[in-house]
Amino acid sequence: MTAFAASDTLPLLAVLVPLLGALLIPLFHRAPNLREAVTLLTAAILLVIVVQLLPPVMDGARPGAMLIEAAPGLSIALRVEPLGMLFALVASVLWIVNSIYSIGYMRAHDEPRQTSFYVCFAIALGSTMGIAFADNLFTLFLFYEALTLCTFPLVTHKQSPEAMRAGRLYLLLLLGTSMLLLLPAIIGTWVLAGTTTFTPGGILAGKASPLAIGFLLALYAFGIGKAALMPVHFWLPAAMVAPTPVSALLHAVAVVKAGVFSVVKVIVYVFGLETLTLSGGNEWLIYVGCASLLLASLIALTRDNLKARLAFSTVSQLAYVVVGAALAGPAGVIGSGLQIATHAAGKITLFFCAGAIYVASHKTEVSEMAGLGRKMPITMIAFLIGSLSIIGLPPFGGMWSKWALAMGALDAGYATVVAVLMISSLLSVAYLLPVVARAFFLPPPAEPEAHGELGEHGMHQGAHSGEHSGEHSGEHAAAAAKSGLQEAPVACLIALCATALLCLVLFFQADRIEALLQGIFIAP
Amino acid sequence: MQAFLAFADHYSYVITILLMVGGLYIVVSRSNMVKKLVGLSIFQTSVYLLYLEPAKIVGGTAPILAPDFTVYSNPLPHVLILTAIVVGVGTLALGLALVVRIHEAYGTIDDDEIKPQDGG
Amino acid sequence: MEALWSHLPALQIVIPLLGGVLVALVRRGSLAFALTLVVSWVLPVVSGLLLYQVLSTGPISYALGGWPPPWGIEYRVDVLNAFVLMLVSAIGAIIMPFARRSVALEVGERRSAWFYCMYLMCLAGLLGVAITGDAFNAFVFLEISSLSTYVLIALGRDRRALVAAFRYLIMGTIGATFYVIGVGLLYVLTGSLNMVDIAQRLAVAPPEQARAMVAALAFLTVGISLKLALFPLHSWLPGAYAYAPSWATVFLSATATKVAIYLLVRFLFSIFGGALDLRSLPVAEILIALSVAAMFIASFIAVYQSNLKRMLAYSSLAQIGYMMLGIGIANQAALTGGLVHLVNHAIMKAALFMAMGSLFYRVGTVRLTEIAGIGRKMPLTMGAFVVAGLGIIGTPGTAGFISKWYLAVGALDRGWWVLVFLLVASSLISVLYIGRVIEMAWFRPAADGLAEAKDPPLSMLLPLLLLAAATIYFGIDTRLTAGIAGEAAQFLLGGLR
Repeated sequence: MTAFAASDTLPLLAVLVPLLGALLIPLFHRAPNLREAVTLLTAAILLVIVVQLLPPVMDGARPGAMLIEAAPGLSIALRVEPLGMLFALVASVLWIVNSIYSIGYMRAHDEPRQTSFYVCFAIALGSTMGIAFADNLFTLFLFYEALTLCTFPLVTHKQSPEAMRAGRLYLLLLLGTSMLLLLPAIIGTWVLAGTTTFTPGGILAGKASPLAIGFLLALYAFGIGKAALMPVHFWLPAAMVAPTPVSALLHAVAVVKAGVFSVVKVIVYVFGLETLTLSGGNEWLIYVGCASLLLASLIALTRDNLKARLAFSTVSQLAYVVVGAALAGPAGVIGSGLQIATHAAGKITLFFCAGAIYVASHKTEVSEMAGLGRKMPITMIAFLIGSLSIIGLPPFGGMWSKWALAMGALDAGYATVVAVLMISSLLSVAYLLPVVARAFFLPPPAEPEAHGELGEHGMHQGAHSGEHSGEHSGEHAAAAAKSGLQEAPVACLIALCATALLCLVLFFQADRIEALLQGIFIAP
Repeated sequence: MQAFLAFADHYSYVITILLMVGGLYIVVSRSNMVKKLVGLSIFQTSVYLLYLEPAKIVGGTAPILAPDFTVYSNPLPHVLILTAIVVGVGTLALGLALVVRIHEAYGTIDDDEIKPQDGG
Repeated sequence: MEALWSHLPALQIVIPLLGGVLVALVRRGSLAFALTLVVSWVLPVVSGLLLYQVLSTGPISYALGGWPPPWGIEYRVDVLNAFVLMLVSAIGAIIMPFARRSVALEVGERRSAWFYCMYLMCLAGLLGVAITGDAFNAFVFLEISSLSTYVLIALGRDRRALVAAFRYLIMGTIGATFYVIGVGLLYVLTGSLNMVDIAQRLAVAPPEQARAMVAALAFLTVGISLKLALFPLHSWLPGAYAYAPSWATVFLSATATKVAIYLLVRFLFSIFGGALDLRSLPVAEILIALSVAAMFIASFIAVYQSNLKRMLAYSSLAQIGYMMLGIGIANQAALTGGLVHLVNHAIMKAALFMAMGSLFYRVGTVRLTEIAGIGRKMPLTMGAFVVAGLGIIGTPGTAGFISKWYLAVGALDRGWWVLVFLLVASSLISVLYIGRVIEMAWFRPAADGLAEAKDPPLSMLLPLLLLAAATIYFGIDTRLTAGIAGEAAQFLLGGLR
């Protein structure tokens, strides 16, 4: 044990601060402004803490501490390593942005139970930090389950029968896979290796047969249901009944990224890249990942509902991360890390836009969005930026992750994977850009009168899906329609512009992230 | 002849088993609650016999040291069974009390007639 | 003081026994409760001292009435039963404050003195089974606890409680009689009733006695299995738990079956373990098969119950399956898991049944369909339900996870992957039945009849919250639970042939 540095308590603080925030938020139940201020303050403090961790981690330190040992193999310990650092950074930055967006969205909608919404959100962030900084499999599992449980009320926020059905599917699939597959995998690892601590180079080297490694990898890959690897992806489209800020942060950032992050972490620190390559147990995962990647893109093409389309796009993009890790080479892992960051920024932008469109015009279907670009130019431009980043075009962050992944595939000698990545990028062009094109280049469907009808149609749909769309927001929309511009509330706009900007920033900052991730392969 | 001797040697065990099985059968097969309790008592009686039989030594006497006797029976099983009988009587009494209460509540002591009254 | 110290084992039994008599003489509800409370709070002190003594100086042997063993009755306290004594008396002490209002409402002020009398008798019986080192004495205590349990159940308000008590009486008596038959066979074989003595004599018994030994083992196993409601000998339990007064259910679910499991463990490991090669007999296979059946079938039945107490009763059956699974696998990790689940399940299930008791106290119903939206009316009660429910599911960070972890590690140590999957799959079913309640309570608008509902008074709330907190605490700090259970497991396995 080296000298106990002050930074060793920071990971624990990062977990505790959001939880503390969750305790404080209900106290301001009757004062929404104060309540939201607490959320924002908590998010800001969290970001400060996480940023403080960055320099030491860049310098090769691994701050952290063992907290409690419940039983042999069951200890709660936190430690910051580059991957977790990156994930925590992404999540904490986007939490602030998302909180701003939530305030705009939830108020514009007059959503009920906003206090419990913010409480659950804060708990979810605390769990995400726990996942990011977990030092062993048990800690990871603990926070992984906590994340599932505390996002259940968010997914079912509307409490309509439809939302409850989706919520049940969400819970059963995520809890089911984690309990049925992930837990046995952890126990198996413990029995085989005698430890569950994440160690550079892996802990299974020489302790498990190639067959056992392949089997364990399968348990992990499908057991971590949040990674939404086909065929355990069903929960993700279902969970889209949640309010948009939830979809945005949880299903573009925290939950799904927690999944793929766990997969990457397990591959790097439990199996060890070398062990995995030698055993050959990773090969099938590459192909399964590729299949998931392509199939999800194809399904996305067929979806008219914008959020559903984005959901399948997420499934596809997550498979990139899994494939990158499954290649079991440094370049692939770095590509995965980059993809976690850039996809988060891109996809959250897209979700914000989808939510903004819904708030402003109550449109949910892509086919209804013709001519929307003139009413909501800012939103649609942000959507374009997000799309381009997801597709992987310069000058946006997404390009670097695609690039690094392709390099990783070539390094590992999988030319087919490169081809698959190309095809998938093309497919993403085909399912994302039409949305923008339709909005800017097609004329609005009809005259103001007809528009009113459409607006009502949209509202009707909202009511149908159990959305408590406030009367006045409808009126507001109708009034704004006359003036030509019809953007979402300012808070929403600020948020989506910020994340669009982030996509751009990531393009120029990718080398820093890469430098951070290189730290994984430098022995401390 | 051999078989008969073997039987005669163990005949108390045979009776024990008959009581045991017979009692158990009555408990299971009767739906009348009082009859169930009767079966239960018979079943318990078999145990008394099981304990007492090996404790009896022919010609043995109570373990009071006296110059005239050399063969003694073990008194412990008798004491044990005395306890067991007390427990058995207690159980029977409680069971019968319950039957009375059930009769007050349902108007019958037949298990098959009680079930439909509570909706299955 | 010194004199009292050496008589601790006797005090453990004498205090509740005399307390019960006193309570019956007092007859006045509130005074009876006060007496019972004092007794219940003194007992964990006694068992705590015993546990401390055992952990520091090894097993205690106490010759009752001064008759030395094996002739007299010996009270013998080792790690295993000190652990069980502590469990039973601590649970009794914690849940006691809950009884006052709940019993007054459900049993009636007039009859509550009798109720407390029966409770103390039952407690004395359970502690007696745990502490005694004499096989026949264990039978007597078993019947003391059972007879008083029948009465406790019959005191329920619903007339179905009478029928449930009667059925339990029949099944329980058959079980007890099987047990006496088994003890009788052992007595014929060895001429002794002292457990340690029996074990020593059996270990050197000539091989032709093996058949009689197996017969004794079979009778004892079946008899005790009836008492602990091992599937498929469980038919008495759901009705008994569903219709007994709420507080009686809390107490029974947390302690009665646990003591029976202790007794089985004692016989299997301490007595037969040294004499028979248990691994060559199909004991383990049978126990494991029945446990797995219990885990699945009982959980499935639980999913379809609309009476929540009944649902939790079926859940108990499934959880008993977990404990028996640990006994069946019988290696260090699994046995630790099985034993630690005695405690963990007692804590969690007591909390769940107390939440039901609070519901009944405030709303007068425990039917699933009638408690929609109750979560927002009784947030602390249902919050505790959620926490304890998560424990039953086995979420990491709760006590339930610790048990499952040890069980699964034990199964894997034997290389039984399938068993690990069965274990986790069955806990997934518990997500269904616990989840139904949580969804109904928290994610539905409040039902009309519940406008007045609120959390119960502090005396009921505190024990509930304490146990809910314990569910979390023992999921993180397991020195008191898994630590001692591990030592007990080591002690038991050390005696195996």
